[in-house]
Amino acid sequence: MSTQITDTTIDLAEAAIGEQAAELNSLDLLESEAIHIIREVVAEFERPALLFSGGKDSVVMLHLATKAFWPGKVPFPVLHVDTGHNFPEVIDFRDRTVERLGLRLEVGSVQEFIDSGELSERADGTRNPLQTVPLLDAIAKNKFDAVFGGGRRDEDKARAKERILSLRDEFGQWDPRNQRPELWNLYNGRHTVGQHVRAFPISNWTELDIWRYIARENIELPGLYYAHDREVYERDGMWRAVGPVSEPRPDEEVIIKQVRYRTVGDMSCTGAVASNATTVHDVVREVAASTLTERGATRADDRISEAAMEDRKKDGYF
Amino acid sequence: MSTTALEHSTLFRFATAGSVDDGKSTLVGRLLHDSKAILADTLDAVTRTSADRGFGGENGSTQKIDLALLTDGLRAEREQGITIDVAYRYFATDRRSFILADCPGHIQYTKNTVTGASTADAVVVLIDARKGVLEQTRRHLSVLRLLRVPNVIIAVNKIDLVDFSEEIFRAIESDVQAVAANIGLGDVVVIPVSALEGDNVVERSTHTPWYTGASLLDLLETLPTTDELERGLEPFRFPVQLVVRPQGALAPELSNADDAGASFRDYRAYAGQLASGGVSVGDAITVLPSGRTATVVGIDFAGRSLEQAVAPQSVSLRLSEEIDIARGDVIAATGTFGEVSQDLYAELCWLSTKPLREGSKVLIKHGSKTVQGLIRAVTGKLELESFEYQAASGLELNDIGTAQIRLASALPIEVYARHRRTGAFLVIDPQDGNTLAAGLVRDHPGDHEDERYSI
Ligand SMILES: Nc1nc2c(ncn2[C@@H]2O[C@H](COP(=O)(O)OP(=O)(O)OP(=O)(O)O)[C@@H](O)[C@H]2O)c(=O)[nH]1
Repeated sequence: MSTQITDTTIDLAEAAIGEQAAELNSLDLLESEAIHIIREVVAEFERPALLFSGGKDSVVMLHLATKAFWPGKVPFPVLHVDTGHNFPEVIDFRDRTVERLGLRLEVGSVQEFIDSGELSERADGTRNPLQTVPLLDAIAKNKFDAVFGGGRRDEDKARAKERILSLRDEFGQWDPRNQRPELWNLYNGRHTVGQHVRAFPISNWTELDIWRYIARENIELPGLYYAHDREVYERDGMWRAVGPVSEPRPDEEVIIKQVRYRTVGDMSCTGAVASNATTVHDVVREVAASTLTERGATRADDRISEAAMEDRKKDGYF
Repeated sequence: MSTTALEHSTLFRFATAGSVDDGKSTLVGRLLHDSKAILADTLDAVTRTSADRGFGGENGSTQKIDLALLTDGLRAEREQGITIDVAYRYFATDRRSFILADCPGHIQYTKNTVTGASTADAVVVLIDARKGVLEQTRRHLSVLRLLRVPNVIIAVNKIDLVDFSEEIFRAIESDVQAVAANIGLGDVVVIPVSALEGDNVVERSTHTPWYTGASLLDLLETLPTTDELERGLEPFRFPVQLVVRPQGALAPELSNADDAGASFRDYRAYAGQLASGGVSVGDAITVLPSGRTATVVGIDFAGRSLEQAVAPQSVSLRLSEEIDIARGDVIAATGTFGEVSQDLYAELCWLSTKPLREGSKVLIKHGSKTVQGLIRAVTGKLELESFEYQAASGLELNDIGTAQIRLASALPIEVYARHRRTGAFLVIDPQDGNTLAAGLVRDHPGDHEDERYSI
């Protein structure tokens, strides 16, 4: 009698597992949508490229691209706009990744533009806003007609209105009031000579989705996304790393603290958060419980004005 | 939120629609706020702006926040206090992750509602309890009916301003059901809410004891998604996005492995996303429009071999025969498809300021294929208030009408009313590339009506 009950239980359990296998969870659906978009862009454009900084969103983008074209290699080059203020370990990670996947890397250098006098350093020393000119220059030089970005709509209120395929005019500008309606999963990538399209396949992902996906897929990231000891000082409520472009003022005390980064941009304005999340699963838990949006927490330049991102995007920023 | 619960959470897409000042932005803000999707720094900024503008907080009460500020993203929107463009919002509960398309109500409501509704599993339509069903409510419901949105929820908002009156609510509810029945929209769910105060948004309210239904969030957490509703009912359709034939250009980890590279040298598969239905290894398929047949011998996804796949998974299919298949072709379950066609009869939701005229040339994007099309005739314009067609010879921005289009080559089109994924298309301007219209394939009008155009 008891044996029979056990058998039935096993049958039911197996049936449930079979059912479960066909069930697509939110990450499966987001992944499938992103791969569909990546394949559409590759099929419809002649010279796509992927913006790759070594940051977590661009790493996830590249991972999705490898899955989209398996067993072939990723059929486009990657482009990095180097502020000259990058964390050395991120640049190192970038180079290793590009090497591992056999990709071509194009670099647009903010430093070169400053050296040649085409750009001038800002009073606050921040270089993120200076990326626009080298980015547009690299796009024009390489004749890229589609550029994949890792932008997500949950990052910012202006991004929330961005299309998945977003048309940029000859000057790289975004016109938020005149965007093409985006219907069903039919993406319109038509453009005329001189225009290009920015494609955002992970538009619908949140920061938590990104981290859960990194955990699920076992994706390698630069080490500074995980808690580590670092020499830091406090400024504007953020922990800044001590480095050549982020020197503490005399009144700012340098301490060693366990921190991690939530974004890895310009060292001079990217802050770390106090954290003991040393593994990806710790980070997932931390992000799920977090009470600050990632930009607000760690990017001094986005705090400047409510409209900071909108203005930058209109001019051709990522 | 527990992270283990998240592993089983599914994705639900919904949109909001309503007339100006019905309180859409406030409702969205309320959902985000009460589901704790608004993080502390954003909330601080919004609280400060609310205070600056003198919102609430009078008579010594604590500062209220203008929840609408949470969603007005563009500077022009904040300055004018209106919402211009569809904004996407994200929040999650233990059960579901939500993608919310917040569609503004005033200008270009058709354009925005069509856009938001095209991907929505549900649409929440707001009605101001003091105003009841307006002409615009009818228009919104007509658009939702046309696009076949599977779940329609009516939120009777500002119920606090009519003293939570059951009588007023019931009157609006029966008006709504009458309109819905009139235009052929199935059952709609009607909920009394106060976006401002939060009644029946996340929790059932004690102010409306006469209302026994679920709160808005409860509904959103439990209603079935479009794919869930149609799974098992729709036949397999797979628009081919590209042919994967790596030959020499294998991923490095494969080509570097000793002999693994050799096994992929002749690899050939068709990459795409299942538009509808499911496919299993061993299934007989037909390629459209060529009509050639083969058997599925493999379903690959990034190095994994699957036994089966369902919409909307992105996969690659390997077939038994080396047949000529290119981007734009559709792979379908054998025996489930009628005939490909060069004549297209459709409903067009006109989304451009450039009007539609008979005789114009356009591009039609259907699945992964784009072909030229000629507008042979505009056959009617839908009056949204009455849901009846009037004679017309052109369409303007925000008009919905019917047209007959001749295609440069045959497409595997199906009727939208029965196959939403393969019955939808875009109309694109061949000159500037802009999207002109959302198209929904209609039934062939029949021989009689057809004769008018056979010149
Ligand atoms: N008393 C009360 N007032 C509300 C309620 N919902 C919204 N309001 C108020 O109604 C006004 C309009 O609300 P919004 O949310 O800005 O309206 P909207 O529909 O988003 O309008 P657009 O942004 O122009 O599309 C605001 O002053 C809100 O505070 C409610 O449930 N009760």
